[in-house]
Amino acid sequence: MTQPILTIKNLSAGVEGREILKGINLTIRPGEVHAVMGPNGSGKSTLASILAGRDGYHITGGEVVYCGQDLLELEAEDRAREGVFLAFQYPVEIPGVNSTYFLKAAYNEIRKHRGQPEFDAVEFLKFVRERMKILEVPEDFLKRPVNHGFSGGEKKRNEIFQMAVLDPKLAILDETDSGLDIDALQIVATGVNRLKRPDNAQLVITHYQRLLNFIVPDYVHVLVDGRIVRTGGKELALELEENGYESIVHGGAVPA
Amino acid sequence: MITTETKTKLNPNQPRRETVPYWEKFEQFEKIAKDPEWVRVARKAGISHFVELGFPTLKDEDWRFTNVAPIAKLPFKPVLEPTRDGVTAEALEHFMFAGLAGSKLVFVDGHFAPELSSTVNLPEGVKVKSLAEAIAKGPAQVEPHLFHHARSDASAFTALNTAFFKDGAFIYVPAGQIVPEPIQLLYVSTAKEDGTTAHLRNLIVAERDSQVTIVESYVSLSDAAYLTNSVTELVAGDNAVVEHLKLQDESQQAFHITTLAAHFGRASNVLTHSIALGAKLSRTNIHAHLAGEGLECILNGLYLTRGEQLADHYMVVDHAQAHCDSHEYFNGILADKSKSVFHGRILVRPDAQKTDAKQTNKNLLLSDNATANTKPQLEIYADDVKCTHGATVGQLNEEAIFYLRSRCIGLETARRMLIHSFAGEIIDRVRCQPVREELDKLVWDRLEQDEQKTTGNK
Ligand SMILES: Nc1ncnc2c1ncn2[C@@H]1O[C@H](COP(=O)(O)OP(=O)(O)OP(=O)(O)O)[C@@H](O)[C@H]1O
Ligand SMILES: [Mg+2]
Repeated sequence: MTQPILTIKNLSAGVEGREILKGINLTIRPGEVHAVMGPNGSGKSTLASILAGRDGYHITGGEVVYCGQDLLELEAEDRAREGVFLAFQYPVEIPGVNSTYFLKAAYNEIRKHRGQPEFDAVEFLKFVRERMKILEVPEDFLKRPVNHGFSGGEKKRNEIFQMAVLDPKLAILDETDSGLDIDALQIVATGVNRLKRPDNAQLVITHYQRLLNFIVPDYVHVLVDGRIVRTGGKELALELEENGYESIVHGGAVPA
Repeated sequence: MITTETKTKLNPNQPRRETVPYWEKFEQFEKIAKDPEWVRVARKAGISHFVELGFPTLKDEDWRFTNVAPIAKLPFKPVLEPTRDGVTAEALEHFMFAGLAGSKLVFVDGHFAPELSSTVNLPEGVKVKSLAEAIAKGPAQVEPHLFHHARSDASAFTALNTAFFKDGAFIYVPAGQIVPEPIQLLYVSTAKEDGTTAHLRNLIVAERDSQVTIVESYVSLSDAAYLTNSVTELVAGDNAVVEHLKLQDESQQAFHITTLAAHFGRASNVLTHSIALGAKLSRTNIHAHLAGEGLECILNGLYLTRGEQLADHYMVVDHAQAHCDSHEYFNGILADKSKSVFHGRILVRPDAQKTDAKQTNKNLLLSDNATANTKPQLEIYADDVKCTHGATVGQLNEEAIFYLRSRCIGLETARRMLIHSFAGEIIDRVRCQPVREELDKLVWDRLEQDEQKTTGNK
C-alpha cells in the first residue's frame, strides 16, 4: 500500500483550560477526497488550524504524520512549503500588501524549497495568468491588496485561486462553499476538481451536502464535540442532510 | 490673526529667567541685522512674545507628552553668520532626491548656500530664491504674506523663529503658472556645538490656478545636540494645486521643531506630507486654515521611531468655509523605548456647513516598551457636517502573520511585509513619482535596519 499523505492518531488538543479535540483518528491516502461535517463548534476549524500550524493550541495527546514526517514539529511556513494548504473559513484582509507581490513571494518560497530557480516577474505573471483561468478570476484580483475589500464570495474564490497557484499535496478547505453564490460554487468546485491528482488529497469541511455533489468525497466523517462519531461514504452526507446530526449523535454509531 | 502690528507690551525687567540669554542675544542680533522696518517690527514682537510665553512645559495642554526641557537647557547659539566651510556638493549628494531635475536650494545651518543651489526651467514670473534676498530686493510679493500665517503670539518656537530667522526659501508662483519640476529645499546642519540653532523661515506662495510641488529635507552632517526651529508659511490661492513634503531626517541627537502654517483658497487642492525619521525629539505643527469654499486637502504623515526617539505631530485643521474636505492620515511605527504623539484638532466653524473631515492615526508598536499617545479633538460649531476620527495602537496583526505563513512566507518576511505595507499606506499617497519611489526605498532601508537590530538582539 502507498504511504498515506496524512495520518492523525488519537489527536487531542485545545486551548488554555479547554479541550476541543478529544482523540481524532483519520487517515488520508493519495488521490482521496475526505469530507468533514459536524455541528457548529464541534472542532472542525480547530482541526484545520492545528494541521496548518496556527499558534495557540496545546496538543495534549496523539500524533500527526504527514508524508512520513511529524507534522506538528514543523513551523506553519514549512508545512505550507511541504504542500499543506489551508483555505481559510475567514480569509484575512491584508491592506497594503499587493496580491501579485504576495503570491509571487509565496510561490517562489515553494520553488526555493524544491531547489528550483525563482520566477522573475515576467515568468510569474505568465504562470499566474494560466492559473487564473482555472478559477475564472478577474485580473483585478491581482492588482488589489490581498483580500482587501473583497466580498465574502470573492475571498473564498481567492483562496482556491491561491490553492491553484501553490498546487498543494494536501488541501484543507474550511467551509469554502459558504458565501458563494450558485455559479461561483460551480466554478470553485470545478477548479478544485481540476486540481485533483492521483498523488494529492483534499480534506473538505462543509455544512452542506450541496458542495459534495460537485466535489464528490470518498469518505465522509462526522465530527461532534471533538470526536469523529461516524465515518461513511458519500451517502452519509445525504443521510445527515435529511436527519440532522441529532440522529447520529444519539444513534450511538461508532467510528469506523 | 496678524500679530506684528499690535506691539505687545514688553516687560524686559521681569522676563522669565530662562529667556534672559535669548533676550540678550536678540539685542546683539538686532544691531547687526539690516532689516526693513516691517521685519524689524515683527522680530521685536517675536522676541517679546517669546519672553512672555517662555518654553512650554508638560503642564501646557498642547505639550502634555513632549518635554522640551532638554531644549530649554541647551546653551542658545543661533547661527548668525554663514559657517559652510567644507560643505561640498558631493557631501550633500546622497541627501538629494536623485530623480528630481528641477530647482534646488541648499541652506547650511540656516544660511543660504548659493554655490550649492541652482534654479532651472522656471516659468515666467516664478521665483525660487533666498527669502532674505527677497525681503531685501522685492518685498512686494513677500510682505503681504510673511508673518501673516504663523502666529508668534501663540507659540514660543514660532516667536523665537520670527525673532532670529536668517534665511529660508521664498517660492512664488504667479497665477496660472505651472512649475513642472518639483522644487527641492535641503537644510543641512553642520553644528559642532550643542545648542547650535538654525532658524529657517520659508514662504511659499502659489497664486490662483497655479501648480507646484515642494520637497523640504532636513538632514545633518553633525553629531552635536543642535536645534532646527523652522517655520514654513504656505499660501495656496484659489484653484491652486500644491504638494508639499517635509522629510525630517535629522541626526539622532538633534531637536527638530517645525511649523507649517498654511492658508488654502477656494477650490484649491493641497497635499502635505510629513515624514519623520530622525531627531531625538521632533515636533511638527501643521496649522491648516481652510479659508475658501469647496477645497480639498490631505495631510499625510509617517513617523518611524526607535531608541529613545520622540516624534510629535500637532495638527490643527480649521474649517472656516463650507463644502471643504480635509483628510488626515498618520501612521507611526515605533520600536524600542520610543514615543510618539499625535494631536489632531479639527475645528469646524459655524459657516463651514457640508464639511467632510476625516482623521486617522494608526500606530504600530514593535516593542512592548514603545508608547504612542494619540489625541483627537473635535470642535464642531456647524450642524450639517461629517467628521470622523479613528485611532489605533497595536502590534502586528497575528492573524495576518499566520495567513502569510500559511502561504509559505517565513515569519520574518511576513513581519517585514506587514510593517512595510503599513508604511506603504502613507508613502503611496505621495503623488510625485520619483519622490515616492526614493522615499519608499529610504523608509524600507530604515525598517530593515530596525528589523536586523531586533532579530540580532533576540
Ligand atoms: N483560540 C480559541 N480560544 C478559545 N476557544 C476556542 C479557540 N478556538 C476554538 N475555540 C472553541 O472551540 C470550539 C470549536 O471551534 P471551531 O472553530 O473549531 O468549530 P467549528 O466546528 O469550525 O465550527 P463552525 O461550524 O461554526 O465553523 C468552539 O466552541 C470555539 O469557541
Ligand atoms: Mg469552523
